[in-house]
Amino acid sequence: MSFEAEPGELVAVIGPNGAGKTTLLSILAGIQAADGGEVQTGDGAVGWVPQQAALYRRLTVEENLLLFARLEKHEDPQASVEEMLELTGLGERRGEIVARLSGGNQQRINIAIGLLSRPGVLLLDEPSVGLDPRQRARLWEFVSALAGRGTSVIFSTHDIQEAERYGDRMLVLADGEALFDGPADELREAVRTEAPEAADRDFETAFVAYLQHRGH
Amino acid sequence: MRWLLLKDLQILRRSPLQAALLIVYPVLIAILVGLAVSRGPEKPRVALLNEVPQNARVSLSGKKLSSANVQRRICGKVECVHVDSRDEARAKVESGDVLAALILPENLVNKINSLSTLSPGVPHVEVLVNESDPLKAGIVDDKIEALLAQANLTLAKRIAVEGGRYLNLVIKGGTLPVLGGGVDILGLEASARILEAIEPALEDGALRQALSQVTQFAEEASENLDIAGPLIQRLAQPIAVKKVAVGGSSPPLETFAIAVAATFTLAFIAVLLVAGSLALEREENAFPRLTRGLVSSEALLGEKVLLGVVVGLIVTLLMLAGLTIFVPLEWGRFGLWLAAIVVGGASLAAAGAALGAAAREVRAVSLLAFMVTLPVAFLSLVPSGTVGTGLFEVIKVITALFPFKPTLDAMTSALEAGNGGIGGPLLHLAILAVAYTAIARVALRRFARV
Repeated sequence: MSFEAEPGELVAVIGPNGAGKTTLLSILAGIQAADGGEVQTGDGAVGWVPQQAALYRRLTVEENLLLFARLEKHEDPQASVEEMLELTGLGERRGEIVARLSGGNQQRINIAIGLLSRPGVLLLDEPSVGLDPRQRARLWEFVSALAGRGTSVIFSTHDIQEAERYGDRMLVLADGEALFDGPADELREAVRTEAPEAADRDFETAFVAYLQHRGH
Repeated sequence: MRWLLLKDLQILRRSPLQAALLIVYPVLIAILVGLAVSRGPEKPRVALLNEVPQNARVSLSGKKLSSANVQRRICGKVECVHVDSRDEARAKVESGDVLAALILPENLVNKINSLSTLSPGVPHVEVLVNESDPLKAGIVDDKIEALLAQANLTLAKRIAVEGGRYLNLVIKGGTLPVLGGGVDILGLEASARILEAIEPALEDGALRQALSQVTQFAEEASENLDIAGPLIQRLAQPIAVKKVAVGGSSPPLETFAIAVAATFTLAFIAVLLVAGSLALEREENAFPRLTRGLVSSEALLGEKVLLGVVVGLIVTLLMLAGLTIFVPLEWGRFGLWLAAIVVGGASLAAAGAALGAAAREVRAVSLLAFMVTLPVAFLSLVPSGTVGTGLFEVIKVITALFPFKPTLDAMTSALEAGNGGIGGPLLHLAILAVAYTAIARVALRRFARV
């Protein structure tokens, strides 16, 4: 597969379990080596936010951010921590142990740590898993604001509605193959064309029918 | 690396219960094991009924031993529970309050004293044993047999002396004490001299020839019985023990116990802490994030080993300082203590890192660390000669592959002079540290997989 993400663009990677979403993001993040091909990034680092929060639950919010800012060798780690606390809106909870925070707030810190490297591209692996609707809304508000500042965001999700709502573009994967790459409207059109019997149903059902028509 | 170390110490501080368990548990185990190896088995409780009259005395070859003295000697070997009757002794054995009952009958001293007379009796003691527990029965048999062997040896020596005196009387002549009086014994040597003096006065013939034969017999008997004296002495203890220490000197039991306690503490802290801390990186999903350019795997391993060494060093030194309240330690050898703890701790921590890299969860790793460390530690304490040669060779190989035994050797050498060189164990530990770090490095590659 081959695709590009523009600055400030939100790219949703969708597909069934085992499609290769996490593998794709891991290769983009440099954690997993690709069998072939190459990844090119523009200016700035690639920030990676794994599916499960990668932080120390026995440390406080501030201690987590400070640790990773120090490891990123920031000139003024404390200033970076203040910036991230403001960005995540967790300034008042800076002294709380992470384990006592809600899943949504843990995910915000998880993303904030991913942002400490000041990335030009941010990779989010199923960032909304396990969050309630209110927490999801706050998360996407936060991520959309990042994209608004010019960060390219590539996120994977199972939730077709979420991908349609927040993604500027949709990359459909199945069995390691890219089936579609384009805006949500074009995907709806493609579904209507290839699975007309499901065109009047909801988008998720129509999407499943589309995948079946494509042999997945 | 320092920020990661600070982070691990912060996490340790945030988990006071786990930190306390991590420190208190090994220290407790260490002290218990130390006490166990430094003390022999407890004396078995034995009921003692002494029916021998208070004023009775064992009297052999001119030496006297009071009844109370006999009792004191017995009670030095076992824990005596004094009873007043046979029924009470029997009840205590049946109830399991004592392992056995030893009854010294009223005529025991008289019978012993008769051993040095011309009409010796057979002294006996009575032992009541509850055979319902074969293990206990075995302990009692061994203990009573040891007690009797010791008593018999003492008596045999004195009887041999007495026998030698009688033999001397037959050869040299003298006075044999009988019924408060004395009977003069001529002796073989004097008899021979008299016969030799008489012989020239007799005319040649059958009588003179017969007298000559008697004289010759008296002389030969006198010479040969002279040789018999030492033989009778040897009968008391035919095989003497000549103990020669070979293969280096063994450390005093107290030093060894302290070394065991210190090594147990160091091993549990270094192995458990490092294994758990490394597994925590996985459990918190932080490993891939850390090794994605922030920290190399080697630096992370180094930080974990350093964590194990630092915490292990502090706790082990505190434990040794605490032990000095009870046992004097040579603080002048502090540098060697440090070398043993640091190199041993590094090797044990590297082993912990290898274990930590092998499992995904902290709980699984902790269990694995216990399953590996505890048996190896106990195998390291098995002395040679207590198991078969083949099995001991296997144990030697197993214990050489884990850093516990070489750390114990290094600690024993460091604590007191004359316990062998410390260089060998330190080199052994350094090799193991390199090997386990390499294993941990390979195992960590699994960690990188998301």
